[in-house]
Amino acid sequence: MHFKGKVIKYGANVDTDVIIPARYLNTSDVSELASHCMEDLDPDFKEKVRPGDIIVAGSNFGCGSSREHAPVAIKGSGISCVIAPSFARIFYRNSINTGLAILECAEAAEEIKDGDFIEIDTEEGKISDITSGKTYKASAFPEFISEIIGADGLVGYTKAKLK
Amino acid sequence: MGMTMTQKILAKHAGKKECAPGDLIEASLDVLLGNDITTPPAIDIFERSAFGEVFDKEKIVLVPDHFAPNKDIKSAQQCQKMREFAKKQKITHYYEQGQEGMGVEHVILPENGLVKPGDCIIGADSHTCTYGALGAFSTGVGSTDLACAMASGSTWFRVPDAISVVLHGEAGPYVTGKDVILYLIGKIGVDGALYRSLEFSGEGVAKLSMADRLTICNMAIECGAKNGIFPVDAITIEYLNERVPGGYQAAPEWILPDEDAVYEKTIEIDLSSVRPMVAFPHLPSNTHEVGTFGKIQVDQVVIGSCTNGRIEDMRRAAAVLKGRKVAEGMRAIVLPGSQRVYKQALKEGLLEVFVDAGCVVSAPTCGPCLGGHMGVLAKGEKCVSTTNRNFVGRMGHKESEVYLAGVEVAAATAVLGYIGSPEELN
Repeated sequence: MHFKGKVIKYGANVDTDVIIPARYLNTSDVSELASHCMEDLDPDFKEKVRPGDIIVAGSNFGCGSSREHAPVAIKGSGISCVIAPSFARIFYRNSINTGLAILECAEAAEEIKDGDFIEIDTEEGKISDITSGKTYKASAFPEFISEIIGADGLVGYTKAKLK
Repeated sequence: MGMTMTQKILAKHAGKKECAPGDLIEASLDVLLGNDITTPPAIDIFERSAFGEVFDKEKIVLVPDHFAPNKDIKSAQQCQKMREFAKKQKITHYYEQGQEGMGVEHVILPENGLVKPGDCIIGADSHTCTYGALGAFSTGVGSTDLACAMASGSTWFRVPDAISVVLHGEAGPYVTGKDVILYLIGKIGVDGALYRSLEFSGEGVAKLSMADRLTICNMAIECGAKNGIFPVDAITIEYLNERVPGGYQAAPEWILPDEDAVYEKTIEIDLSSVRPMVAFPHLPSNTHEVGTFGKIQVDQVVIGSCTNGRIEDMRRAAAVLKGRKVAEGMRAIVLPGSQRVYKQALKEGLLEVFVDAGCVVSAPTCGPCLGGHMGVLAKGEKCVSTTNRNFVGRMGHKESEVYLAGVEVAAATAVLGYIGSPEELN
């Protein structure tokens, strides 16, 4: 997959309570969840996010709850990909399962600046910062994870397994 | 290569003799758990995918505990969806609000004897790691994972590296499992055990009650761990024998870690040196020993949750509150973790102690822990809570603050009006 967009940058330990506060978890409606995405961390997020934009953040992104509503809200708000040095493990699973692209790359996460325009090739794990002219290489997904992604997510994978 | 307890359980459930950190395996599951926030999306996925029937109606546990008793119409509809699915699929372990065996999910699964040593368990709730206290491999997943596992009875795992946590000595007065886990999280940070298993051992384990161990494993996720796990000893067996249907006499020997099991690192904790801890906003790792900071005035105290809602917690809280009054202007909310805990607290006169002290006594629910209901915070308010997270906006307004602590510090704070220890009451 190829993505191109503007960077919205956050720090380390962005938790699921700020990605989508629990007070909105009485629904699983994507557009409703997306309308509250990041509101306790960055009240301007909703106004500034454009389809295709990319979140670049610090380590342990998505820590906290198992709520799948978190990657769903991020994806629903138009974000195409999240880059961080590391992801909390349940968030990592949930992103793969719900089709939110995520890339682990410590160097890119540190150097890329808020507002930069970047281009991503997820197959190659290549991140190009058009603004700064630098390129980065993200860790590749293990083969098994690529298989899940290739089967159109865990549901497709499970259907094939049950056949 | 020698294997840890976690690796042994994963290998067994993957039908393999051995597995190593980094291996991706497909493991069969003994218990699958969902609550009223995570199950409704799982049901949507299950039905949209035309999975048909669940793989085993006896192995799925559904607990409407987060926004229940239903806090609003949308929550009521989520619970309704769960109830109807449970009925249609004839799920054995669906727990209805108020009925026997019901309560906060991670309080009731052990209490109802649904968890055994060596089990492989997933739950669509991050605190599913609680059950490691009983020698099970248990971890949190999302709704899609739950939906697919309800159909297939298995799921994938990446076999984790392990951190060995060796416990020595015995905890002093007012120091509980909560203080031990806050101490550990403070030491290694909120991602200090990311993707890894925390494997507890050492002669100090025998000095920890089952309630302490459940609290410790409950918060393994707060340092990023995939799971926390305790060895099985006489205390575990006694606990299980009283609860598992048909009794429980001995854990399978294969779950013991190999002598040459490999741990990425070892952390030694002398329990006698751990003091009552408080995690300041807005991370569970932001820990301070009680008595090392100035007077912090508090508006609300919450005692309960999957972390500290067991009968032992109620007894500890009541011991501090007995004959005392909650400070003026303070709201103290006590939530027994289950119907069983509620009834026992009633029998022992603990609820009377709470009411006499000026506490709200609530039905078992996760409510306030995640800012759902039954104790949501206003702008600028501070709360000492025996729950597990203190992120921005966790219990209400984004400018409210949550301080995490054990039951006795929380109860003492309710009386003092500022964060303090029971020692200050004497």
